[in-house]
Amino acid sequence: MDLIKLVEQENMRQDIPAFKPGDSVRVLVKVVEGGRERTQAYEGIVIARSGGGARETFTVRRISYGVGVERIFPLHSPRVEKIEVVRRGSVRRAKLHYLRNLTGRAAKVKESNVRVTRD
Amino acid sequence: MITKGILGRKVGMTQVFDEVGRAIPVTVIEAGPCVVVRKKSKDRDGYSAIQLGFGDIKEKKLTKPVKGYFEKHKTRPRRHLRELRVADADKFQVGQELKADLFTSGEIVNVTGISRGLGFAGTIRRYGFARGPMTHGSKYHRRVGSLQSRAAARVFKGRRMPGRLGGDRVTTKNVRVVKVDPEKNLILIGGSVPGATGALVTIKR
Repeated sequence: MDLIKLVEQENMRQDIPAFKPGDSVRVLVKVVEGGRERTQAYEGIVIARSGGGARETFTVRRISYGVGVERIFPLHSPRVEKIEVVRRGSVRRAKLHYLRNLTGRAAKVKESNVRVTRD
Repeated sequence: MITKGILGRKVGMTQVFDEVGRAIPVTVIEAGPCVVVRKKSKDRDGYSAIQLGFGDIKEKKLTKPVKGYFEKHKTRPRRHLRELRVADADKFQVGQELKADLFTSGEIVNVTGISRGLGFAGTIRRYGFARGPMTHGSKYHRRVGSLQSRAAARVFKGRRMPGRLGGDRVTTKNVRVVKVDPEKNLILIGGSVPGATGALVTIKR
């Protein structure tokens, strides 16, 4: 298994901030549009992180024009330009799939009062 | 007929990102170092081939005949010995070491291995037969169906039935070498490759 880790290490990014399910993030994604590349922001709540090593992904949920939208990003993808943590949430679960069944105020995640050291 | 080949050990699967940022599934193979133990030529043996040795083995595990064989060919004993029928064996020398850098990324290769043994399997899993309904009073779930028309009065040879699945020699053809790491002797092959993790595989071109 060690050799797999070795291969994965080369494909893993070191510039990813620590974030957990419940946090709100802003993901800057590179999109190719008509042969031109530009950056698009996608903001929402992280409802899950899954997989490990270079294969790890995270799911971001947001309500767009009244419709719930979820996007799954590969954590180490070069197409993800940057991940910014907007807000720290306090949740007691690793997967927040239950948010799908909630709307409005009920779907809000409490803000964490744990101070995160900034650099 | 192949021009070159190498023996390796399947390490497992993961994914890498390409230049465009797409995730590509890859199989990691620890390929080589292999040694050319012996050559076979058209004049002497009737066909041209090279015999490759791969993997370390403890001295005490060797039988005397095997030890003698390696001594005769003046190489350190290896765990695996495989013959590859190459078009031109003259390109290789006895004692020559073959490493992962024999291949470059982008090459199209064939990979041979022994598929995972899956034990005794029914026709649905083994041959992709359709199953019957599981409910609505049906008692015909996953059983073998009709074997033949009644007029035949016997079952023809080759009828597909339940039995051992896997453990066969399988070749995956035309797969791409995604990356080669000559230092660590690793070859990344796009997609899957036959065999269990740790199994011996042969990469050929």
